[in-house]
Amino acid sequence: MDIFLQQIINGLVLGSIYALVALGYTMVYGILGLINFAHGEVVMIGAMVALAAIHALTGTALPGPVIVLMGLLIAIPACMLLGYGIERVAYRPLRHAPRLAPLITAIGVSIVLQNLAMIVWGRQYIAFPPLLPNDAYVIAGASITLLQIFIFLLATAIMVGLIFLVKRTRLGRAMRATAQNPEVAGLMGVNVNTVISATFIIGSALAAVAGLMVGAYYGLAHYYMGFLLGLKAFSAAVLGGIGNLGGAMLGGLLLGVIESLGAGYIGPLTGGVLGSHYQDVFAFFVLILVLVFRPSGLLGERTAERA
Amino acid sequence: MNELLTYWRKFKREPYAIWLGFALIGAALVLLPFVTDAALGRSWVRILDHTLLYIMLALGLNIVVGFAGLLDLGYVAFFAVGAYLYALLASPHFGLHLPFWTLLPLGALVACMFGVLLGAPTLRLRGDYLAIVTLGFGEIIRIFLNNLNAPVNITNGPQGVNMIDPIMLGEFSLSRTHQFLGITFSSVHNYYYLFLALALLIIFISIRLENSRIGRAWVAVREDEVAAQAMGINTRNVKLLAFAMGASFGGVSGGLFAGFQGFVSPESFHLTESIMILCMVVLGGMGHIPGVILGAVLLSILPEALRYIGPLEEALFGRVIVDPSDLRLLLLGLAMVLIMLLRPAGLWPSPVRRREFASHD
Repeated sequence: MDIFLQQIINGLVLGSIYALVALGYTMVYGILGLINFAHGEVVMIGAMVALAAIHALTGTALPGPVIVLMGLLIAIPACMLLGYGIERVAYRPLRHAPRLAPLITAIGVSIVLQNLAMIVWGRQYIAFPPLLPNDAYVIAGASITLLQIFIFLLATAIMVGLIFLVKRTRLGRAMRATAQNPEVAGLMGVNVNTVISATFIIGSALAAVAGLMVGAYYGLAHYYMGFLLGLKAFSAAVLGGIGNLGGAMLGGLLLGVIESLGAGYIGPLTGGVLGSHYQDVFAFFVLILVLVFRPSGLLGERTAERA
Repeated sequence: MNELLTYWRKFKREPYAIWLGFALIGAALVLLPFVTDAALGRSWVRILDHTLLYIMLALGLNIVVGFAGLLDLGYVAFFAVGAYLYALLASPHFGLHLPFWTLLPLGALVACMFGVLLGAPTLRLRGDYLAIVTLGFGEIIRIFLNNLNAPVNITNGPQGVNMIDPIMLGEFSLSRTHQFLGITFSSVHNYYYLFLALALLIIFISIRLENSRIGRAWVAVREDEVAAQAMGINTRNVKLLAFAMGASFGGVSGGLFAGFQGFVSPESFHLTESIMILCMVVLGGMGHIPGVILGAVLLSILPEALRYIGPLEEALFGRVIVDPSDLRLLLLGLAMVLIMLLRPAGLWPSPVRRREFASHD
C-alpha cells in the first residue's frame, strides 16, 4: 500500500509541474485557437537559463535557496521575452494565413531554439547543484521530500494566482473577451495584440518556473528535455479540456498520477514483460484515448471541431 | 534577344520539343551516377541514392501535407515501420529471407495499416491535434523499437538489426558489382537505377492522383472542409485515404532503405528526420510535385555542403567554434520560419496554392 501512496505523491508533484506547462498551452489555445508548438522549448530555455545563472552564482557565499531564487528571477524575464518574441515572429505575421502556416513556423522556432541551446550548452546533461535542502519526511510509509512539498505548494499558489488574474482583473477580462471573439473584443476597446502578447508572456513565465522545477526535481537539464515535456503537458491540456484553465490543472495532476502509477505497476502487472522505460508512452495513450472517447476533454464544453 | 525568346516560347510548345525534353532529362538521369562518380567520387553517388529515397518520402508526405492539408509530424514512423518490416523478414535475425517482391507490397500494406490505425481516431478532429498525435507517434515508435528486445527479442533494441539481405531482383543482387556491355555497375549504381525507377513510379502515381477525383477531393478538404462536406465528400474517409496513402509511400521507402543500408537501428528514425522531410515539402512548395522534388533535392544535397564549413571556421577563427553538423537542424528550422513568413507557398509553388496563400492576406 505504501508503494501506492508513494506513487500518488510522486505523481502529484510531477503532475503539478505538467499542469504549469499545460496552462501555457491552454491559455494560448483559448485565445488563438492554435497550439504553441514552441512552448516546450520555452520550458527548456527556462531551465537552462536558470541553471546557467545558478552555476555562475554557486561559488559565492549566498545560501543555496537564495541562489536558486535568483536563478528563477533571471529565468522568468528571459522566458517572458522569449515568449513575446515567439508570438511576434511565428504567430502575429501569420494570424490570417492558413492554419498550417503558424504551425509550421512554430515548429521551426522550436527547432531553432533546441539547436541553439545545444550549441550554447552542449549535448551533455547539465547537473543541478544540490543547493536545496532535501530532507525527507515519512508519512504512512511513503516518503516525501521538502523539495516535493515546495514544488507542489508553489505550483498550486501560481495556479490560484492565475485563476485570480483571469477571473478578477481587467487584463483577465480582456483575455476572456478576446478568447470569445477577437473582433468584437477589439470593437469594445480591448487591444487584442496586447492581450495576445500578454498571454504568451504569462504562459512563458509559468514555463520558466516549470523548467526550473523539472531541473531541480530530476537534478538534470538537457537541451532536448522540452520535447517530451511539451508533449506530455499538451496531453494534459487535452485531457482536461484544452482552452480551459481548470482543466489544464486537473489534466496535469491526473496525467502525473497516471504516469507515476503506470510506471510503478506496469512491471509487476505484466509479469515483467514491460518495464518502467515505457513511462513516456502513457501520456500518449491517454491522449489517444481522450481524443477517441471524449475529444472535448474532462472539463471542456466546446466541441473539438471548429472549422 | 527578344526574337530568341519568342522563338523559344513557340518551340517549347511543339510536341516533338516536349519529347526531346523528356529524352534529354532521361538521358541525364541515366548518366548522372557515372558523371558524379567520375567528378565527385563514389560517396556522392551514395548521396544521390539517398536523394532519391528522400524524393519518395517527400512525395509521400506531400500527399498528406500538400494535397490534403494535414500536418503529419511523425512521418518517419511509417518509414521506420517499412524499414523494420524488411529488416525482420529478410535477415538472419529471425532466419527469414522473404523475397523483395513480397516485401515491397507488404511494407506498403503494413505501413498503410499503421496509418489507418493512427488516423482513424484523430482525423475526425482538427489539424493541430493530428500534428501533436503524429509527433507523439513518431516518438513512441522509436521507444518501442528501442525497448522491444526484452523479454522476447523482436527488434534487437538499440543495436538494431544488421546483415539485412540486399535487394535481389530474381538472381540479380544489387549489392554486387556487375559487368554489363563493358561498363562496371557497382552497388550504389545498381541501387540508383532501382530507386530512380521507383521514384519515377511514385512521381507518376502522385501526378495521376493529383488530377484524379480523389486528388480534387483532397484539395477541396484542404481549402474548406465544411464546403467539401456540403459537396458530398466524405471528408473523414478522404482524409484517412490521404493519410494511409502517404504512410504506404513511407513504408515502401523504408523497405528500400533497409535493403540498401543492410542495417537499421532506431537512431535512423529520429524526429529530426520527420522534420527534415516536412521541411523538404514546405521549402519546395506544398502540394506542387516539381516543387517538392526540388525541395528534396536541395535539402539532401545542401547539408553535404556544410562539411566545408568546419575548415572555413578554422581558417577564419583559428578553431572550430560550432560543429557544422550541429548547424544543419538550426538552419532547417530557420529555413522553415523564413519560408513561411516570406514565401509561404514555397520556392516553387503550384499556381493554385499561390492564389490560396495570397488571397488570405
